[in-house]
Amino acid sequence: MPCIEARDLRKSYGATQALAGVNLRVEEGRILGLIGPNGAGKTTALNAMLGLISYSGELRVLGRNPWTERELLMRDACFIADVAVLPRWLRVCDALDFLAGTHPRFNRSRAQDFIARTTIPRTARVRELSKGMVVQLHLALVMAIDASLLVLDEPTLGLDILFRKQFYDSLLNDYYDRSRTILIATHQVEEVQHVLSDVLFMDRGRVVFEASMEDVESRYVEVLVGAEPLAAARALHPIAERPLFGRTALLFDRVDRAQLEPLGEVRTPGLADLFIAVMENQPGRAASAPGHAPRRAEGALA
Amino acid sequence: MSAPADVLSGSQRPASPVVAIPFARRLYWLVRRELWEFRSLYIGPFAAAVLTVIGGFFAAVKLPGKLHAAAALSAADQIRIVQDPYNFAALLLMLATFLLSVVYCLEALYSERRDRSILFWKSQPVSDTLTVLSKAFIPLIFLPLYTFVLTVAVQIAMVLMSVVSLTLSGVGTSLLWAGLPLLNMWTGILFHLITVHSLWYAPFFGWFLFISAYARRVPLLWATLPVLALALIERMAFGTSNFLMFVLRRFGGNDSDPPYPANTMTHGPMGSGTVGHLMHPDILFSPGLWTGLAVTAIFLTLAIRLRRVREPH
Repeated sequence: MPCIEARDLRKSYGATQALAGVNLRVEEGRILGLIGPNGAGKTTALNAMLGLISYSGELRVLGRNPWTERELLMRDACFIADVAVLPRWLRVCDALDFLAGTHPRFNRSRAQDFIARTTIPRTARVRELSKGMVVQLHLALVMAIDASLLVLDEPTLGLDILFRKQFYDSLLNDYYDRSRTILIATHQVEEVQHVLSDVLFMDRGRVVFEASMEDVESRYVEVLVGAEPLAAARALHPIAERPLFGRTALLFDRVDRAQLEPLGEVRTPGLADLFIAVMENQPGRAASAPGHAPRRAEGALA
Repeated sequence: MSAPADVLSGSQRPASPVVAIPFARRLYWLVRRELWEFRSLYIGPFAAAVLTVIGGFFAAVKLPGKLHAAAALSAADQIRIVQDPYNFAALLLMLATFLLSVVYCLEALYSERRDRSILFWKSQPVSDTLTVLSKAFIPLIFLPLYTFVLTVAVQIAMVLMSVVSLTLSGVGTSLLWAGLPLLNMWTGILFHLITVHSLWYAPFFGWFLFISAYARRVPLLWATLPVLALALIERMAFGTSNFLMFVLRRFGGNDSDPPYPANTMTHGPMGSGTVGHLMHPDILFSPGLWTGLAVTAIFLTLAIRLRRVREPH
């Protein structure tokens, strides 16, 4: 059974369609990046999966209906909404007491170990902690819960680069054990690139791209070409192109490297480059490549 | 899927078995949570109690002189002189906690949305029903009992001060004991707190909690303006004030409403010389009380529903 399965998930706010029929399937043990521009529907999708909002369509998270079974779902799923949601009046030690008293899967000594590694004072209130410490505290609380699914919505927003790196390091080293599923929604693409096992791009309420990171690395090639081989390169149907230091960077999907190497410098594109290429190929957005919509990685997540 | 509470989720992940946490323990921690967030719930009444004891000190100092001056008056009048500070102390504490209850109820479901911490609380395996009930617990159970404990403590302190004062001045304490049937007084106060401050006032708290879950901003205005608007419309349309009078009567102070022990409000909780005014077993059989509880249940159900469907932000 998949960890998350959505079929034709829809949600409208007035005339705005926040989710316009999302289909997705996340297998257990994956680390999926949900990436999209502002307003793409990432948070709406996560809120639906966490039972925070109603929706139409079919949605199962850990085999449950999140809207009708939020309380039960939250025993096995955790989420960090964003940096601001720990109540400012809460003391660190009270937070531990509360979770130990209400959460059947919370391991208090584990949380204390995580907190001991930081400089967070045990009796401090959240309002006395720095932004980075609040995130550390929230992560410590969440990592001490033996959950099957962890959902993070822009978890490192507003943190400096050291805290961000530390955040993902401890997530991978202290928490992820290949049986847990992690869902990270963000628009800081570069940062999560090396953490993810799968990636999913959203735009205007739809899933526009999904693939495993292995697929992304094996399928996509970027070539930097000078002015002369440009026409030859374009004949191979790049999915995107952009000028770069007097040359042109062309992005190819499933084109043999041997074919591309004579044309210029071949390299593996970053997730950000791929994201921009996919987004620009969306109908209604300015297209830079000559009309080749990216093919979806069929079944990559299935 | 309607899985029983203790069955693991459908995930194949070999998660540790869930040991269900008993209802009472979860409720306990949710109530503790309220007291962490709203420290004024225990500090406020405590401060009022300290002030009352200070006032009681001056009353105790003046008591021998007052009794001396009233030597010619009837025994009932002398007893009233002894009793008045005790009535006043109990009244003051009840008033303080009632106002605190109103302020608390208006904030209880609103503050978590204002600071978005509702997203944290909703990430916990705690239902909206249990959360709202834990918040209703504060005005309906915690504050009345806390008020009772404080009132008893304050009155014991006042009795001790009076004993010292009367003994030192040589007046003697016989009148004090005659005027203060302490156990009866306390039984009466407890009965009054439970029947009136908890059960009779419950619809007020239910309404304020509902508004707290409903209002997007300024819950105080949402709680009061519709009532005033309705009263105004009635006044303009029919020239009557039945609705406003109904609300005010519910709050108390009108002798014409029989089931409500109104004279406890007008003459102080100890009544005049006896505790009879406080012990109104009738109130438990009055339709007004039970209708009020039904209305409270409706408001709380609406509050639970709103907390569930209100979307983040």
